[in-house]
Amino acid sequence: MLTILSKDSMTVTREQDVVPCRNRVKEVAVKIGMGIVNQTKLITAASELARNMLRYANGGQVVIEVVSKGRESGVRLTFADKGPGIADINLAMQDGYSTGKSLGLGLPGTKRLVNEFDLKSIVGQGTTITILKWKNG
Amino acid sequence: MATTITELLKKNKAQLLDSWLQKQLSSESLRDDLMTNDELRAQSEELVNALAEIITEENISQVDSTDYDEVFEILSTISMSRARQGFTPRETGLYIYGLKEAILDLLQQQIPNDSMQLFTESRKLNQLLDNFAVITFETFIKGREEVILRQNDEISDISTPVIQIWDGILALPIIGTLDSSRTQVVMENLLQKIVDTGSSIAILDISGVPAVDSLVAQHLIKTVSATRLMGADCIISGIRPEIAQTVVHLGIDLSNIITKASLASALKHAFGMHKLTVKRADTDKSIR
Repeated sequence: MLTILSKDSMTVTREQDVVPCRNRVKEVAVKIGMGIVNQTKLITAASELARNMLRYANGGQVVIEVVSKGRESGVRLTFADKGPGIADINLAMQDGYSTGKSLGLGLPGTKRLVNEFDLKSIVGQGTTITILKWKNG
Repeated sequence: MATTITELLKKNKAQLLDSWLQKQLSSESLRDDLMTNDELRAQSEELVNALAEIITEENISQVDSTDYDEVFEILSTISMSRARQGFTPRETGLYIYGLKEAILDLLQQQIPNDSMQLFTESRKLNQLLDNFAVITFETFIKGREEVILRQNDEISDISTPVIQIWDGILALPIIGTLDSSRTQVVMENLLQKIVDTGSSIAILDISGVPAVDSLVAQHLIKTVSATRLMGADCIISGIRPEIAQTVVHLGIDLSNIITKASLASALKHAFGMHKLTVKRADTDKSIR
């Protein structure tokens, strides 16, 4: 049973919004007492996904939630955009695949950095990615 | 006596200006430290003159009329210059509302007995001057934004110093986030300095970079490749434990780049590459 303890949202529409978004995530992570390694992993994941949103969908909405399940607490982030969507999710999740000129590690790398990763995408309507990082995960 | 606000304005320009200035001078928001009273007078006079010149019975209710372009321009200039001089938004807002007060006073004096007329005229005035105030705020914010943009440029200029720490060894401490535009500045500065000093080793220190995501890593790799093309070696230092773990999980391959945990160990490595040794003076008298 997952309980949402707090909820916060912000929009990312410019490259300058990535750093404030990361700082908000960091604040929340520090507040629940997440260790420095997990903090950095979560922030990096947030940074990856926020940049993806900017690059492929001209920005979108980020929802930052503190969740708890039993004795464990964590941070859940939802990145929702109204961009072109991802045609082949399996291909997008492969290391080194990119339709832009990047390293192609954003999505698969993010999945490795967090505990739970969920990607929903409808071509022409947009993409929603939800990630969850447990405090001691 | 059917006196309209337009006639009143044209007729009592001097009186209006005096009462407005009087209000400004006695107001708490007067900033004689930022602007002399003469300047204030000139500024206010220009605005009142332009307004009295332009205003007519026809255009008073059409606040977006092109007739007011000149007034808008004066307002923008005033507001912009105030933003740069460091006036607060409140002070700038009160400046325009002060004019409204002054005109209202004038109306009250000139239309003493006809409250209906007074109301109609004040309403017209309200619409017009509220619009002026909105424009003032808009330009004031624009002025402030320009200040921020300029600071942004200055920060990216000063935040990428390339330091020669030894003969043939350069160090470049990177602080903050590496985005595309910043990488460009970093790369240009570094490559130019390599040419200028004839250095063969460059140390990129990322201790001050809060997170290394794939974009930052890509920029780092590009910078290293460009340095190599110039015939110099590049060492990346300042990789913290949490950054190292994150980079591994992300799957970024930095294995063909020399990386060190601290600037000190990078410098040591660079000395090794240059076949230099550092010794304590008291153990070896031959080094001076």
